[in-house]
Amino acid sequence: MSNKLATLKFEQIKAVKWRDVLIGILMPMVGILFFILLWHTAAPNINTSLGDFPQPKQVFEQWGNLVDEYNTEQEREAVFYDRQEKRNAELLAQDPAAKIDAREFNGRPTFFDKIKTSLVTVLSGFFVASVIAIPLGIVIGLSQPLYSAFNPLIQLFKPVSPLAWLPLVTIVVSAVYVSDSPMFSKSYIISLLTVSLCSLWPTMINTAVGVAGVSKDLINVSRVLRLGWFTHVMKIVLPSAIPMMFTGLRISLGIAWMVLIAAEMLSQNPGLGKFVWDEFQNGSSDSLSRICLAILVIGLIGFLLDRIILLLQTYVNWDKSAVVR
Amino acid sequence: MSQIHLELTRVGIEFPTPKGPFCALQNVDLKIKKGEFVSLIGHSGCGKSTVLNIVAGLYQATTGGVVLNGREVNEPGPERAVVFQNHSLLPWLTAYENVELGVKRVFRGKKTRAEMREWIEHNLELVHMTHAIHKRPDELSGGMKQRVGIARALAMEPQVLLMDEPFGALDALTRAHLQDSLMEIQNELGNTVIMITHDVDEAVLLSDRIVMMTNGPAATVGEILDVTLERPRNRLELADNVEYNHYRSAVLRFLYEKQKKIESIDAKRAEKQLDKDAAGKAKSVA
Ligand SMILES: Nc1ncnc2c1ncn2[C@@H]1O[C@H](COP(=O)(O)OP(=O)(O)OP(=O)(O)O)[C@@H](O)[C@H]1O
Ligand SMILES: [Mg+2]
Repeated sequence: MSNKLATLKFEQIKAVKWRDVLIGILMPMVGILFFILLWHTAAPNINTSLGDFPQPKQVFEQWGNLVDEYNTEQEREAVFYDRQEKRNAELLAQDPAAKIDAREFNGRPTFFDKIKTSLVTVLSGFFVASVIAIPLGIVIGLSQPLYSAFNPLIQLFKPVSPLAWLPLVTIVVSAVYVSDSPMFSKSYIISLLTVSLCSLWPTMINTAVGVAGVSKDLINVSRVLRLGWFTHVMKIVLPSAIPMMFTGLRISLGIAWMVLIAAEMLSQNPGLGKFVWDEFQNGSSDSLSRICLAILVIGLIGFLLDRIILLLQTYVNWDKSAVVR
Repeated sequence: MSQIHLELTRVGIEFPTPKGPFCALQNVDLKIKKGEFVSLIGHSGCGKSTVLNIVAGLYQATTGGVVLNGREVNEPGPERAVVFQNHSLLPWLTAYENVELGVKRVFRGKKTRAEMREWIEHNLELVHMTHAIHKRPDELSGGMKQRVGIARALAMEPQVLLMDEPFGALDALTRAHLQDSLMEIQNELGNTVIMITHDVDEAVLLSDRIVMMTNGPAATVGEILDVTLERPRNRLELADNVEYNHYRSAVLRFLYEKQKKIESIDAKRAEKQLDKDAAGKAKSVA
């Protein structure tokens, strides 16, 4: 009897496990496989000026090509420095006081360099946006009059497309950012500012809403303790606003990444946006596959960035049991 | 005879509402001596919390005022600590840190770090919370949270301790236990206490005076009952005490005879039926 019960239980557990596996692993795989199959069968039917639309296989081949390009560049770099060092050694041997060159290798940026550039640009733009948006959000969330003052501006600028900001930013940066030995390239500054301008708003609004929504009871606690402004913000306001703040940050980072690709296309910042643009201009038989690949990589990186914010949220949030998704 | 410590003079308050001002309290007069334990009792919605919030400084009286030690009360302050009805602990801080927040505020510059630590632990010990000192509110039971709330208030060494139904949401056993602790602590520290309660037994057991409030709107102090039972009080011994039962019935009589609020459901139903009949008749006539 009890034995039977035990097996019953065991089977139930097994059934539950099965369901988890089905939902958690199998179904996503089915989805992806279905998509690839659809793509595979549909692609040959789309004839473009650059030949048939690439199939998944061709796109993944491009990955190999890009890796090869990267390796070749690495080799060229190694060879370059090797040669320079040898030449310098020879020069020094002839005349210890000789002037030696220490030139930097000036190779073509590969796909992976472009990914790096994009990541650096988006993260710095997002950082600038957050540094502005969070304090401002806290301040306007705490003060109803300030909120009323800022709200129309926020509502006005929030829907503006990056493509509208870009010409303005470009002209202003060209006028203001003049230096003989610039630390950053103009295109980097332009992309960064455009990203910041567009990704500022969700963080600001959500922080303000979170801050304004602190429970009345907790505010009363703070009033009875007569906490100073700073302690009040640090101990009461910020912890309760954190979930809303992170919702804003997530939306902002998502927007930042989307905006970046557009900004890079137009500002010629050597990132993924420029990669896509160059391939589009290039129009070789590989271009379509490379653009497809870039799209997949852009999507994947966007997904990873979102996960990183989520991880950060679980780390920062006091409520470890909160479900974040 | 100890002097008047806290005085409410003709306190009234009007809340602005969409339908015009709502007068919640009118002419509330109350004089409280140092170290006295006063209960406020009255029907739900009569304005007990409002009185407490005015004394705490969280609300501003529209008329009259509150004077503590000869100074008018206009804003909240740690010398009038509040134990909130729903504990109001900060969910992101542990029990210890919740108490620490107030202690740091009050004793900065007066106690060293080690002394503060000892003081916080001492207060949590008073409410028997030593075992869960580093747990966060979501890991504590309702009674434990309430105890931490009391410890937080006590640790500020307030001149007046304001408690809004501190034991309202607790089961009878926990409540009895906390009442005993509170009596002990108050006996030891001699704080002035104003406590709101719905529970007649609790009021009689704990108080020196019971302030009974009339029903709102424009509620005020109806009667004040002096409870001169010997301290320390023991709930078991008092159960059969004649004097105790006399106080008890006095409060009950006030609440359920003089300030009768809830009509019996039968009466209401009968009234409705009458209305319906009348309406039906009117129709048939038409
Ligand atoms: N902020 C406010 N605005 C408008 N009306 C209010 C406000 N606060 C309280 N009131 C009204 O004042 C009256 C007294 O409320 P109060 O909260 O003091 O009652 P209470 O005696 O504490 O009731 P309970 O025992 O249920 O807690 C109620 O009729 C309530 O509707
Ligand atoms: Mg109340």
